[in-house]
Amino acid sequence: MSKLRVLVGVKRTLDYMLKPRINPAKTGVDLAGQKMSINPFCDIAVEEAIRIKETQKDRVEDTLVVTAGPSASEQILRQSLAKGIQRASLIDVGNKELEPLSVAKLLKATVEKEKSNLVILGKQAIDDDAHQTGGMLAAMLGWPQFTSASKVAFEGDKVVVTREIDGGAETLSSPLPAVITTDLRLNVPRFANLAKVMKARKAPLGKLTPEDLGVPIENRLQTLSVEEPVSKRQSIMVKNVDEFVKTLKELKAL
Amino acid sequence: MLFLRKEVFTQVGRFAAVNANASTKFCSLRFAHKPSFTADSYPSLQRDSRYATLNQADVDFLKSILKTEGGSIVNGLDQSTDPSDLDAFNTDWTHKYRGKTEVAIKPKTTQQVSQILKYCNSRKLAVVPQGGNTGLVGGSIPVFDEIVLNLGLMNKIHSFDELSGVLSLDAGVILENADSFLAEKDHMFPLDLGAKGSCQVGGCAATAAGGLRLLRYGSLRGTILGIEAVLPDGTILDNMVTLRKDNTGLDLKQLFIGSEGYLGIITRLTVICPRRPRSTNVAFFGVSSYENVLKAFSESKAYLTEILSAFELMDNTSQRLVDAHSSTQRPLEDEHPFYVLLETQGSNKEHDEQKLNALIEHLIEDEVITDGVIAQDESQLRVLWERREGITECLAKAGSGVYKYDVSLPLKVLYDLVNDTKQRLTDLKLLGESSDHPVIDVVGFGHMGDGNLHLNIAVRKYDKRVEKALQPWVFEWVASHRGSISAEHGLGLLKKPYIGYSKSPEMISLMKILKNVFDPNGIMLPYKYV
Repeated sequence: MSKLRVLVGVKRTLDYMLKPRINPAKTGVDLAGQKMSINPFCDIAVEEAIRIKETQKDRVEDTLVVTAGPSASEQILRQSLAKGIQRASLIDVGNKELEPLSVAKLLKATVEKEKSNLVILGKQAIDDDAHQTGGMLAAMLGWPQFTSASKVAFEGDKVVVTREIDGGAETLSSPLPAVITTDLRLNVPRFANLAKVMKARKAPLGKLTPEDLGVPIENRLQTLSVEEPVSKRQSIMVKNVDEFVKTLKELKAL
Repeated sequence: MLFLRKEVFTQVGRFAAVNANASTKFCSLRFAHKPSFTADSYPSLQRDSRYATLNQADVDFLKSILKTEGGSIVNGLDQSTDPSDLDAFNTDWTHKYRGKTEVAIKPKTTQQVSQILKYCNSRKLAVVPQGGNTGLVGGSIPVFDEIVLNLGLMNKIHSFDELSGVLSLDAGVILENADSFLAEKDHMFPLDLGAKGSCQVGGCAATAAGGLRLLRYGSLRGTILGIEAVLPDGTILDNMVTLRKDNTGLDLKQLFIGSEGYLGIITRLTVICPRRPRSTNVAFFGVSSYENVLKAFSESKAYLTEILSAFELMDNTSQRLVDAHSSTQRPLEDEHPFYVLLETQGSNKEHDEQKLNALIEHLIEDEVITDGVIAQDESQLRVLWERREGITECLAKAGSGVYKYDVSLPLKVLYDLVNDTKQRLTDLKLLGESSDHPVIDVVGFGHMGDGNLHLNIAVRKYDKRVEKALQPWVFEWVASHRGSISAEHGLGLLKKPYIGYSKSPEMISLMKILKNVFDPNGIMLPYKYV
């Protein structure tokens, strides 16, 4: 059975529980002073990689978490180290905006450099909802892809993944190498233990630039404007006609 | 982005939903099984014959009061009314008490409240004021046929001054709604508690609720700047100041705050609200002993000073209940005798994180705490709070009843009460695994930062033997340490007989004199409080 060299790609986004506000220039979401956290689907990817390491044990040769972003993204890398990922690497792009194609190219270069044979990514990021990086990466590598995974298992040299689809679940399998993107019900990410968080604060991080990987960033899209969605009207659920009449009376509609 | 939020909400957001609507959600589960009438469970309580009995003419008059401005009335005297319409008004949240009111009235204006009370006073009809009905001492529901005056329709927020932070609002505004309103304006309500999705600010004021962050934001006795109240004779007292300082005469509003409706009904309030913090951090510790919990508290104050916003204690029994009766994620793998939830709130993320990290390093290196986690994002933060706030609901699910004691004690002896209670119930053979034993378990948790312990005894069913074992024994224990037999829940019906354990006869006597001044006919909140 081949050894597993797992690569997890993660993204730092606005904390998904916060309500995003559009900046005055209407060019994007206002992130000034807002809490940034790991994209929830990426967190699930990190958790899955750690679980694979815990269950497959000796078969896992290496786990590496990588992110492309500003230096502040170090935080999500250190959190992942605290939870149990062995190595972490930051691809420093400063404040440049990254499109999914660039990220896919950076990840491809990383896969080749690190000789990874299993890539786990979140299915999409909660800021752009693009849902493209995983697919693009798999196509560029020529690898099979399992998107929106809700269960990951191993059978010999094959990886067996269940995906939730409309109308049920689909189970696919293929030999490695492969790209898996995570869906919500794959797992519940653990809390990082404090003692390990403290240790991870001092851990060494790999630091690269896009040029180091031979992938200069070229953006091909231009955001014209960002606007609030039209607000939905609130609906009130009622159980029966009596309650309906009562509610109408309370709303002074009758 | 919107689609995703809805999807994720179904898994993680339900914690927020449970948190917000704990009371209302749980109430609907409860009504499948109605408790016995209070009058039957406590035969020593007799309906006071000085009160008139409601008749159709009374109901007609009350209806006429609501005619112009609106409002609603549930008329139990009318044969076509489904009697179960009055269940919600008659039954308390702890599912222990049930009254027999025939009428529940929901006015919309202070004028209507005034007219209602004036009429009831002239007819000598007893009245019980009611807000969100989330009280834990049976104070907000009738004992017999007292008319329920529910403030739920008086729910407008009147004004907010962003410069001073003063909010002016009706008593019937739901706490969570007030806070959501303030969130939009970068402020927050200076009170937060588990029932926030259902409780009303008027009820919070009438019970002087403490909540989760009294440690940091203070008591309602300080943050309420003014009130509007209606006296039993219908007089409207307007003390709706929006001023931070007003030393002109006796501060009468303080009589109403914490009065539970004994002297009159609070209809409006002004509250001074702090800025909403930009940065909140929550840590959850596993601690090996109560002595270490005390040490952690002391060190937290030293390292965090002004950013410490909550320090909550939970014992292992409470966390086992949360595991058994909820699906809230366990933050720590191993079990520990005690757990602490610590929260910081401030305006600067980096500053707060630095202080918190320094504290944590110190607590770990000096082995004050055994283990711990820190929330990495908002959703983990809510999970940690749910481990604390979900205890109450899980206790209720454990059996079919809970005896609750909310006491203030000197910090050094706080947890001794839990140990002693467990010992006592075990010695009396009331606590055990089998169905022969009425008591399932004894749990201790609470606002340690305020010296406030919630001692809870989960039972398979309410049993007089358990009640006899606990009362007055718990109160005697508390009194022997000069503690308070009701730190924040109030007296209501449950603790009326025990006020003597925390207040002197002279003080009680003066309270009764004041009651006669405000309410000579004694129509407000009979059978309860003092």
